[in-house]
Amino acid sequence: MDLFEYQARDIFEKHGVPVLGGVVATTPEEARAGAEKLGGGTVVVKAQVKTGGRGKAGGVKLAHSPEEAAEKASEILGMDIKGHTVHRVMIAQGAKIAEEFYFSVLLDRSNRNYLAMCSVEGGMEIEQLAVERPEALAKVAVDPIVGIDEAKAREIVDAAGFAEELKAPVAAVVQKLWTVFTAEDATLVEVNPLVRTEDGSIVALDGKVTLDDNASEVRHPDHAALEDKESTDPLEAKAKANGLNYVKLDGEVGIIGNGAGLVMSTLDVVAYAGEKHGGVKPANFLDIGGGANAQVMANGLDVILGDPQVKSVFVNVFGGITACDEVAKGIVGALEILGDEASKPLVVRLDGNNVDLGRAILREANHPLVTLAETMDGGADKAAELANA
Amino acid sequence: MSIYLNSDSKIIVQGITGGMGAKHTALMLDSGAQIVGGVNARKAGTTVTHKDHEGNDVTLPVFGTVAEAMAETGANVSVLFVPPAFTKDAAIEAIDAEMPLIVVITEGVPVQDTAEVWAYLQGKKTRMIGPNCPGIITPGESLAGITPHTITGKGPVGLVSKSGTLTYQMMYELKDLGFSTAIGIGGDPIVGTTHIDALEAFENDPETKAIVMIGEIGGDAEERAAAYIKEHVTKPVVGYVAGFTAPEGKTMGHAGAIVSGSAGTAQAKKEALEAVGVKVGKTPSETAALLREVLA
Repeated sequence: MDLFEYQARDIFEKHGVPVLGGVVATTPEEARAGAEKLGGGTVVVKAQVKTGGRGKAGGVKLAHSPEEAAEKASEILGMDIKGHTVHRVMIAQGAKIAEEFYFSVLLDRSNRNYLAMCSVEGGMEIEQLAVERPEALAKVAVDPIVGIDEAKAREIVDAAGFAEELKAPVAAVVQKLWTVFTAEDATLVEVNPLVRTEDGSIVALDGKVTLDDNASEVRHPDHAALEDKESTDPLEAKAKANGLNYVKLDGEVGIIGNGAGLVMSTLDVVAYAGEKHGGVKPANFLDIGGGANAQVMANGLDVILGDPQVKSVFVNVFGGITACDEVAKGIVGALEILGDEASKPLVVRLDGNNVDLGRAILREANHPLVTLAETMDGGADKAAELANA
Repeated sequence: MSIYLNSDSKIIVQGITGGMGAKHTALMLDSGAQIVGGVNARKAGTTVTHKDHEGNDVTLPVFGTVAEAMAETGANVSVLFVPPAFTKDAAIEAIDAEMPLIVVITEGVPVQDTAEVWAYLQGKKTRMIGPNCPGIITPGESLAGITPHTITGKGPVGLVSKSGTLTYQMMYELKDLGFSTAIGIGGDPIVGTTHIDALEAFENDPETKAIVMIGEIGGDAEERAAAYIKEHVTKPVVGYVAGFTAPEGKTMGHAGAIVSGSAGTAQAKKEALEAVGVKVGKTPSETAALLREVLA
């Protein structure tokens, strides 16, 4: 899960990372109150969206009084930034910036450890810096067991080339950011810019944090409160409430399958088949996992049929541990549970364990909406054809 | 021959008394695998009873520690069906006991735990497969994991895949040929055994005549595997990559399957593999057809 800037700020503060005052607001009135709470002086009104380039899009504005903060907030709230609607702004204390730096620590999949990146040239897009002046971006591997201790923090600031008098204070902040990374089970903690203010303090001005969903599930019940419920698609929310792994996409063929890899593959095969049928595309990703019983199948179908864009549904299940006759019973049972709610044609492809029994059950049920497919490719083609009818 | 697992493998199950552990212990026994016991500290000294593949009762001892289980049974493989919160400790216990192979089936392990286990494992005697994987099967010989043993039998094809059900699908497509070993390495951002490890092992396995490599979006494991194939693999390899239609920034079920920016796309992986002469199928069935061609 990616966090909003204000959430990252709060988490930084919780772990002792120096930040400036910041208050989140969803209305101009709250923005005014927030600016007053921060002392009534100059503040920055910042759009809270999980995408870059908000400054260029006009989502960051300076305000010199609480009235002006309310005014700027009303301009920014509701704005569309790269397809993200702004529901919140952060009212941030103004700062007199002397210098801007960059720091991040992230999971390094390729090397199966962590990577710290640091530069005395912050503020700009780090991807751009990495391409244009790679020598200005220090990269230091971090051992997951040792972590960023005092020596490692020193190594990082040395490699980045900080002025001697800044090394100790920056290293101290780097260690605190490492605490954020481990204590919250993040896969990314990025500060851009990390600044030296004119009065000499080191402050994390803007933060990006990505949390590991597995860890949140296992040991951070408090992370559930960080979820952005407003921007979550209602069908995705419904699926999640039923324990289903569903991602809404922009297409016409609803997809149900078992196993993440097979479902991803099904999306691809349907997209290829769609090329021959008016360009129809998969409408969703839905992995019902191993236990495809009637209730799970009904829950899955219910979510998919709730998507008005869906014209047909392709059920693609490989019976591995779960036998195909169980899956077939699940489909028949699901159609009974749903009754008239089930209104779109269903193409079903079963393979694997007890496939003949499974197909026999579906043939016998002879449900008017169900078409049996022999192969994954054939099923995808039929479902695409029906979606284009 | 085979890779990592054969009929001599003696397997214990960490978490043998849990729901998943019990269910799959029974299925592994049914496949003919030598399951010799299990571990659960709270149930040490008890036993569990299942049927073997001939329908006879098999009573398995439950030990308090992995070290004890190894000393008593001579086990050299451990399969972990331990809840995600306890997986790190269970894996470290097995590594400390110098278990040669651990297969971590558990889904949902925090990635920082896996990173720590991987760092801890360096220089030790253990190979880890997983986490979040279906495990490994050497058809007709042994099974350490949850892959259905009924799909197909022994044969010349080696298979390495990030995904469980795609592994099953591909085994099914090629069931007339059979497999030397099929290994599911798992879909998490960090896994213990990579495509490259499996490719190296298949290259050195005389029984394996051709290799199927199944990848999916996210990370650069397939690109790295392509570079490895170019330098080190002489056997024919065909590939398949899932996730061409996955949108950027959305997680598709596997924690590792997320496309960010240009890196990690299915197209980039396909191109990297084709650039080193690996034929890549657009669909599982086309991939199976390509494998038949290279094996002919």
